[in-house]
Amino acid sequence: MANTLRLEVVTPLEKAYSDDVQMVVLPGVEGEMGIYPMHIPVMTDIKPGELKIVKDGQESDFAVGEGFAEITPTHVTILTDMAISVSLIDEHAVEAAVARAEAALRQTEALSAEEIATTEANLQKSLIQLKLKRRGKSV
Amino acid sequence: MAANTRDIRRRIKSIKNTAQITKAMQMVASAKMRKAQGAALAGRPYSELINKVLVSVQRHADVTLHPLLEIRPVKHELVIVISPDKGLCGALNTNLFREANTFDPETTSFVAAGRRGQQHLARLRRKLVADFPVPDHPTLKDTKIISKYCIDQFLAGKVDKVTVLYTKFINTLVQKPVTRTLLPISPFELPTAPKPEATAEVPAEGEKPAEGEAAAPGAAFAEDAQSDYLFEPSPMEVLGSILPHYLHFQIYQMILDARASEHSARMVAMKSATDNAQTLIKDLTLEYNKIRQNSITTELLEISTAQIALG
Repeated sequence: MANTLRLEVVTPLEKAYSDDVQMVVLPGVEGEMGIYPMHIPVMTDIKPGELKIVKDGQESDFAVGEGFAEITPTHVTILTDMAISVSLIDEHAVEAAVARAEAALRQTEALSAEEIATTEANLQKSLIQLKLKRRGKSV
Repeated sequence: MAANTRDIRRRIKSIKNTAQITKAMQMVASAKMRKAQGAALAGRPYSELINKVLVSVQRHADVTLHPLLEIRPVKHELVIVISPDKGLCGALNTNLFREANTFDPETTSFVAAGRRGQQHLARLRRKLVADFPVPDHPTLKDTKIISKYCIDQFLAGKVDKVTVLYTKFINTLVQKPVTRTLLPISPFELPTAPKPEATAEVPAEGEKPAEGEAAAPGAAFAEDAQSDYLFEPSPMEVLGSILPHYLHFQIYQMILDARASEHSARMVAMKSATDNAQTLIKDLTLEYNKIRQNSITTELLEISTAQIALG
């Protein structure tokens, strides 16, 4: 029996992660889901949040955006519009992005509804990156 | 005589300059083309996967109920014209716009993605409802604005059909303007399972097997298709959240495709321009040498005649 899962994280830009892992915790819309091998097949929406990967006892974190996960007994495939390893997050760049987005949202009358929506979505993604990065530091 | 050689020299020089510029543009275009193709390829795993998911969802939910698949009589059509920002890319723009002119100006409104398309449509006084700039290296974030606008228009009932006109990249030498219906998503345009399953699994009538480009990845797929999925929260909601992603991604891919076409068309156009310049230079140099030789001969003759006369 397989005791690993094949995890693939795919974004429109690249294949962000592809490896055999022991466990995955992903941010489903209905709460976090911990996935072990031999999980029942599930398709779920995921919301921006933290993706935790356990491989050989080592934990690694990814910040993921909105998207979708497909789970089978041997595979976990995550489709998302953003996936960044927490260790690669540049805190200052993200802080700048947050500041920019907030500044843009403050003058909402200058923006169209679409722009507001995208800016908000970006802000949310940036905030999650920041949150994960900071938490990693304090531990 | 001297004036003539100077003229030719000047022309050779100017043609050389032009050739240098076209050569540089050719190099730039070929580098950009490679990049654009790479970006388009990088999206392939994503598109395979999203297709797979859509197939699974299709078997669990009646996809025809979703508002994005609603087929209405077409009173207003929205056409997204994906065009380059610049010219100098051979017949690409001309071909694209010839296609754009075939839409009925009365019932069609246009969305321009790219400056050339915007200029062309404005010149023809077509109904241009929105104009989106496309940056040099488009990201999903940039193209999402376009797809979101179209989805909103469609869902609000302002348009009954959304079509995309773009230049499909076939290979470096061939690019073809193509129109594709984006909305309503027709169920048979959704990727369906490989053939034996397609007929068995697909519930609603009137559905046809997938179009060629939506072919699902082979063996791994067949294995997965047998497993029954749980959907969280529900098949309909999963479908509701995945369809916009699907559309965003479609637009993104088409824009990347159009970019790759643009750059390869420019590369080819610039290459032939450089070649033409080289031939011209060669011809002119020959002409120049002939004249120069001629004048030297004449001068020599004059000198020797003078000598004989003196002597």
